[in-house]
Amino acid sequence: MNRCAVIGVGQTHYTTKRRDVSMAGLVREAALRALEDAGLTFKDVDAMVIGKAPDLFEGVMMPEAYLADALGAAGKPMMRVHTAGSVGGTTALVGASLIQAGVHERVLVVAYEKQSESNATWALSTHLPFSASLVVGAGGYFAPHIREYMRRSGAPGHIGTLVAVKDRLNALKNPYAHLRIPGIDQKTVESTPMLWEPIRYLETCPSSDGACAMILAAESAVTGTPAWVHGTAMRSEPIFRAGRDTVSPQAGKDCAADVYRQAGITDPRRQIDVAEVYVPFSWYEPMWLENLGFAAEGEGWKLTESGATALDGDIPWNASGGVLSSNPIGASGLIRFAEAALQVRGMAGEHQVDGARTALGHAYGGGAQFFAMWIVGRERP
Amino acid sequence: MRDVAIVAFAQTRHTSRDTGLTEPELIRPVIDEVKERTGLRRFGFTCSGSCDYLAGAPFSFVSALDALAAWPPISESHVEMDAAWALYEAWVRLQHGDIDTALVYGFGKSSLGDLRTIMTLQLDPYYLAPLGLDQLSYAALQAAAVGAERKELDEIVRRSRADGRGNPYALDLPDPDGAEGHAVRPLKKTDVPPITDGAAAIVLAAGDLAGRLIANPAYITGIAHRMEPHYLGMRNLALSASAADAARAAGVGKGPVEVAELHAQFPHEEIILRRALGLGEETAINPSGGPLAANPVMATGLIRIGEAARRVLDGTARRAVAHAAGGPCLQHNLVTVVEAP
Repeated sequence: MNRCAVIGVGQTHYTTKRRDVSMAGLVREAALRALEDAGLTFKDVDAMVIGKAPDLFEGVMMPEAYLADALGAAGKPMMRVHTAGSVGGTTALVGASLIQAGVHERVLVVAYEKQSESNATWALSTHLPFSASLVVGAGGYFAPHIREYMRRSGAPGHIGTLVAVKDRLNALKNPYAHLRIPGIDQKTVESTPMLWEPIRYLETCPSSDGACAMILAAESAVTGTPAWVHGTAMRSEPIFRAGRDTVSPQAGKDCAADVYRQAGITDPRRQIDVAEVYVPFSWYEPMWLENLGFAAEGEGWKLTESGATALDGDIPWNASGGVLSSNPIGASGLIRFAEAALQVRGMAGEHQVDGARTALGHAYGGGAQFFAMWIVGRERP
Repeated sequence: MRDVAIVAFAQTRHTSRDTGLTEPELIRPVIDEVKERTGLRRFGFTCSGSCDYLAGAPFSFVSALDALAAWPPISESHVEMDAAWALYEAWVRLQHGDIDTALVYGFGKSSLGDLRTIMTLQLDPYYLAPLGLDQLSYAALQAAAVGAERKELDEIVRRSRADGRGNPYALDLPDPDGAEGHAVRPLKKTDVPPITDGAAAIVLAAGDLAGRLIANPAYITGIAHRMEPHYLGMRNLALSASAADAARAAGVGKGPVEVAELHAQFPHEEIILRRALGLGEETAINPSGGPLAANPVMATGLIRIGEAARRVLDGTARRAVAHAAGGPCLQHNLVTVVEAP
């Protein structure tokens, strides 16, 4: 398998409504920034991979056809990935796969969502014929899983608010972050309305417009500062399987085990310096801490409570502010992967974790059933 | 590149109307069939292609995982493209060398909505979709650009339908009687592919494993795809530069082509693609009947690869070519060459 490196990252400033650009303008902005970071132009890229969450979010079916021109894809191969909320992560993995397979030297991966074009909550609330609609939006689906986590672990009710505060404080150090709430504290979070018990307004992610892009390269085509890919993995499990554990899904555990094995990680808490993990609702931090092996079962919330996952903790999670601070859904996974790369390249700016050498990028989707992960490192594997 | 072969192909008996089966119910039998043929129960990688807009709901591929019985969890991905591109993704993944098998499937029920109008939603939402150009209208623009003789187009339709009647999986459509009216000029109603529900699955095996699983694996000796500009006005609609490029990259011209399965939804597309791929009289085009005899959108391209491979698998051809398309007026083209060992 050929080595693969991230040599360019480009992001748009995440915000509620980007009225000044079309969808094509949005993805092109991210792509051009990634190319600039790598010191390249569209000419230097062999293929494009684009990802986004459901097409119903913007009302354009299979929009890669329309976006091909803006991404300089004419005359080149182009792929469109869709694996629900994990799609941004999967998009990075499909791009990396093209390099690792030896098919291409350089690949542009880009993911986006322009949520202001429609209403994502309602786009998520349609159901196939003959199946009763029991929930409204993603929060309605995940809240019962969170309540079950609280019941099992005995976690105190304020843990969610700690994550909500921590990630938004991190966001203040990230110029691309959408939610910027100076002076945010537990009281601020607790004063916001309850949306889906126990998820309060400020414990959920925003709806954002935005795009993120990366340039991936084979070893012979590296320019600038590389973040080397040390492991990639994806796992899926059926949504309706009786007996599957939706609180700590087996697919997540298997995916982590696979990517850790490739990267030679046996103790993620000690060996990973920074993690960008898909936490769209605050409680998913302690839940994923356990699922990803950073804490024993039932102990994740204690790690959060101790401050270990804060920017100055021993294992910072979501130094960028995470999905809780910026959520262009289809891009949110790719942003995790890109932020992990920025950290090990030492290019994360104010939210840089000092000396980060190994980072985890994580995304999940569907009914907590699709997982995509990678480990990137400063050193060539 | 590592040797990768198609070792099994299965498809549904496609229908022209909704028979009440859900997507997972469509998929399950074809997955069972390719598992049975290969004796494989688990695959190193799984990839599928489908379209939310056909189902009219987000995440239409999610329930498909239930049809797979994906437990323990599987390494799996999905393209919102024709499943031919899922096969491409799986072929790429097999090049890594750490896994030897992949399952690919695609499915779609065009019967559930108004496909012609739904396809309009694929156009640039700011400048093209508001014009209300539907699938037949932009296909008609391309047909006009090609300007083929009506006799040639009618013969393509006649041949496709006759072959389709001989294919147990395709629809039974009558010979055109020549008196049909126009759908959108110059397209006649019989030039329009039938609304079809269906699914298909393919198993890929790499290295020595392919030969151990079956007698005549269909080795993928070339596979490549290319995109073209979206705006119809920026392309010469009478040609397909991207299909020609993909064919060159896949090495179509490196040997004789006995059979070509083309994702030509309209007869004029077949004319464009024959030229782009450099196919001569010696090549049998769409012996399965092609999309004019069964067009389960999102699986149609994968079925082309499966039908081409089937000729190699059953020993009736040594070298066959498959083509899949996406986007309006053949914007995106994938070409695969399969050969006997």
